Amino acid sequence: MEFIIVKFVLVVIVFLVSLGVAAYSTYAERKIAAFLQDRVGPDRAGPFGLLQPIADGVKMFMKEEIIPTNADKGLFILGPSIMMMTATMTGVVIPWGNSLFINGTEYPVQITDVNIGILYIFGVVSIGVYGIMIGGWASNNKYSLMGAIRASSQMISYELAMGMSIIALVMTTGTLSIREIVEQQQGFHWNVFAQPLGFLLFIVCAFAECNRTPFDLPECETELVGGYHTEYSSMKLGFYLFAEYINMFISAAIISSLYFGGYNFPFIDQLGLSHNMLTLLGTLIFFGKIFFFIFFFMWIRWTIPRFRYDQLMHLGWRIMIPLAIFNIFLTAGIVLWKNGQLF
Amino acid sequence: MQLTNRSEIVVNKKMTFMERLYLPAILSGLMITVKHLFKKRATIKYPEETRPVAAVYRGWHVLKRDEQGRENCTACGLCAVACPAEAITMTAAERKKGEEHLYREEKYAEVYEINMLRCIFCGLCEEACPKEAIFLTDRMVPSNYDRGGFIFGKDKLVEGTSPDTRIDISKRTNAHRKP
Ligand code: SF4
Ligand code: SF4
Repeated sequence: MEFIIVKFVLVVIVFLVSLGVAAYSTYAERKIAAFLQDRVGPDRAGPFGLLQPIADGVKMFMKEEIIPTNADKGLFILGPSIMMMTATMTGVVIPWGNSLFINGTEYPVQITDVNIGILYIFGVVSIGVYGIMIGGWASNNKYSLMGAIRASSQMISYELAMGMSIIALVMTTGTLSIREIVEQQQGFHWNVFAQPLGFLLFIVCAFAECNRTPFDLPECETELVGGYHTEYSSMKLGFYLFAEYINMFISAAIISSLYFGGYNFPFIDQLGLSHNMLTLLGTLIFFGKIFFFIFFFMWIRWTIPRFRYDQLMHLGWRIMIPLAIFNIFLTAGIVLWKNGQLF
Repeated sequence: MQLTNRSEIVVNKKMTFMERLYLPAILSGLMITVKHLFKKRATIKYPEETRPVAAVYRGWHVLKRDEQGRENCTACGLCAVACPAEAITMTAAERKKGEEHLYREEKYAEVYEINMLRCIFCGLCEEACPKEAIFLTDRMVPSNYDRGGFIFGKDKLVEGTSPDTRIDISKRTNAHRKP
């Protein structure tokens, strides 16, 4: 019983935190965009425009809701729901912190530590493609459908390279559980030093998976009106856009836990703090890393122009995937050599 | 033939391996953009801050009153004739007995309207006026939600009588004079 309550509280917290971070990412995006372009950005709603996400949310809810007459109503509603659901689902396997001792019982700061955490994330993320595909299909608009096909083929192509870059990581860590991977990176043994190429491939694929610039081809005002969400209005469109920001948050969390030590930080043992304090500090540092990567996503967005679609496919299939395979062989060679099984 | 000294010869050279990696280029791009985080903002927050304008800036018109608070305009219509954008319309009326403190001449403009959407702020009305009645000022025309709101009648054009509601046009009139 107590177990369920603790897990329930954690689920609610993680859910609310993802929503909050996503909401304020939209604000941060606009602010950072403005700052990188020497502008001021939103500053009218509240001090420094801090209430802007709330105003945006209210606006989204108040807008007129339009479902096209010839659209498949059920699927039309299902599309954004799937997007939103899969986006919020991935947060459960991420270790947000070490563990807390409350009244002598140990509670890990993670909703569930399945030993196939990475596979779970990949599984859920690939369901997200359905959200886009169904949304585009149900709109009964050929531009939306084309946008959806583009988006899903992009996501599928990059998921391959992403999976392969993870395989190399799994070969060195020997586990699929994210918590274990994080714990192996105690102190400063971050995986990014062991797997620089894998990290590079992973982060590029993460950009493509989140449909962030330079891979934001699903949205293409010039060619396909608006891409897969052309026919969507009000909060359904809001869900699509919002899910993107949650995805960004989750991928930042995954990148930092797989490659940047998660809640670990250098000199963790020299501080001489109690276990609970260290856990809290670790969680804070984890969020610092996440925010850095969210900033990085935005930084890239305002630096690099969008790819052309054939360039995108070329990069995905002819550069990323061979590189990922090469990385697997390289890692395998190094692992064998370290174990003395080579030569 | 070379027209400028900035022209560059286009070459179709193959990119080197480092260039084809793109990563150095991306990194230098990132460095350039991040520098802008700390640059001075170019924005002027309009209603609170205003951009300094030249002394002879031509903005929102004013219909002047004389020292005794009487309207200068005599509804001669010269400004409307001079206006290249045909922005000015007016209806003249005769001054009644007892209205001498309101209007300086026997004829005055009962209705005087400038359509600010038509006006090109050329200042020809000001030049044409024989009575020193109309001037352009350094005030900006405020934005509005509908086109009707841009037809400025006498309520928005004629300055007030009390000293603090008078509109200062000395900068413009002095700018016209030779030193
Ligand atoms: S400024 Fe020029 S365009 Fe405007 S009302 Fe006067 S004469 Fe007409
Ligand atoms: S503003 Fe001057 S030019 Fe125009 S009608 Fe009045 S007196 Fe005549």
